[in-house]
Amino acid sequence: MKKTNFYSKHVELGAKIVEFAGYQMPVQYSSIIDEHKAVRNSVGIFDISHMGEVIIKGDKAFDFVQRITVNDVAKLTIGRIQYTAMCYEDGGIVDDLLVYKLNENEFLLVINASNIEKDIEWMHKNNLFGVEIINDSEDYSLIALQGPKSKKTLQKICDNSLEMEYYHFIIAKCGGKDVIISRTGYTGELGYEIYIKGSESESLEIWDALFEAGEKYKIKPIGLGARDTLRLEMGFCLYGNDIDATTNPIEAGLDWITKVKKGEFVGRDAILEIKSNGVKRKLVAIAFEGKIIPRHGYEIYNNSILIGHVTSGTMSPILEKPIAMGYVDVEYSDFDSEVFIKIRNKEISGKIVTLPFISR
Amino acid sequence: MNIPQGIKFTSDHEWVVVNGNVATIGISNFAQSELGDIVFVDVDADIAELESGKTFGSIEAVKTVSDLYAPVSGKVLELNSALEDEPELVNSDPYGAGWIIKVECSNLSELDTLLSLEDYKKQIGE
Repeated sequence: MKKTNFYSKHVELGAKIVEFAGYQMPVQYSSIIDEHKAVRNSVGIFDISHMGEVIIKGDKAFDFVQRITVNDVAKLTIGRIQYTAMCYEDGGIVDDLLVYKLNENEFLLVINASNIEKDIEWMHKNNLFGVEIINDSEDYSLIALQGPKSKKTLQKICDNSLEMEYYHFIIAKCGGKDVIISRTGYTGELGYEIYIKGSESESLEIWDALFEAGEKYKIKPIGLGARDTLRLEMGFCLYGNDIDATTNPIEAGLDWITKVKKGEFVGRDAILEIKSNGVKRKLVAIAFEGKIIPRHGYEIYNNSILIGHVTSGTMSPILEKPIAMGYVDVEYSDFDSEVFIKIRNKEISGKIVTLPFISR
Repeated sequence: MNIPQGIKFTSDHEWVVVNGNVATIGISNFAQSELGDIVFVDVDADIAELESGKTFGSIEAVKTVSDLYAPVSGKVLELNSALEDEPELVNSDPYGAGWIIKVECSNLSELDTLLSLEDYKKQIGE
């Protein structure tokens, strides 16, 4: 089992450790609810070093990334980031990812930890352009700093100005070390992700400096548990739950990143067909009454008709109500439709709502 | 953590303490800690009798849900109404204010089949 450079910190901070994607990761330190609220109200620090980092290099780097992803890489300029997905020929999703344009001929692809091996293999298989595909996943430590006080916290240890738009990044100096800082995150809050290519001690130095800088804002370490509740309140998809090889970007509500007009890419033909035939099911957001939590796999009904399944569910710490995402037959997917979930001989009622669940 | 005298455990992490023939039931400190933030203690509505080994409800935590198993059989006397508004009492005081249900034991010999504190600690590796 692999450990990130911050493992000793998690143990020292009393985290409960679980295995996730082959790493020993903190699932919670104090309480998911307290950690969640710290991010919404102030600032939280996450170890997300398990994420994969792949560098694509070469004269044809642009053509390669354009071919294996669904979003339009031509829209990216150096210093900008794009949320996108890789699809199979049949339109099923290989992974969702971020693409950083580092240079004209160099991109950083940030992929899900549980998909690293599969993604790299897929990239090699589709490398018609002779680009370099460098798996740097083991070399990068990755910290997410999220919450309304994240900027003030990070600014204290960073020499560069953090004035940047959402989905932009800079190469900056943090405690004398060159890092990538991007205005990205998985929480819906103001926040940054900090890529550190360095030793364990260099990584820990930055973690400690952020902790100290955030002390006056009562910074909290945040585990994977709260990372999940935070993303779910925003309705962000989680690969393996809400999207996978059996779902396509259109039914998953990711048509906004799927640019069929950009030209040829892997999965385009299938996606064009899906678009012209219309989808059979849709990923919807459901807000519930009561206290019973809908969870992955639970059945969704409209009256007595089975219309789909829950893909992710939790108790929203902010709304204090159960929330879920799930696929339902498209004819029952209208907003405000009433749906039911059957749980252990009980029925709980909910309503299909627009995302995000919480007002921003 | 204040652990009551004479406490017994199920292998499913419920505890029971009997006074006279009144059994007070809850979940262990280990269980609450594994579950994390508890948001709802869902005892089956209209349940009048517990039967040892059978489920009588479930506990909803943010992370997961877990069934509640009756350690002993008997007539239900009382539910801990404080848990309706403060289910987190099960996290903060699992052997005290976080008790879940009281029953009138119908067969005290069932206690002999349960785990002692020492045996339970061994099971959870403490």
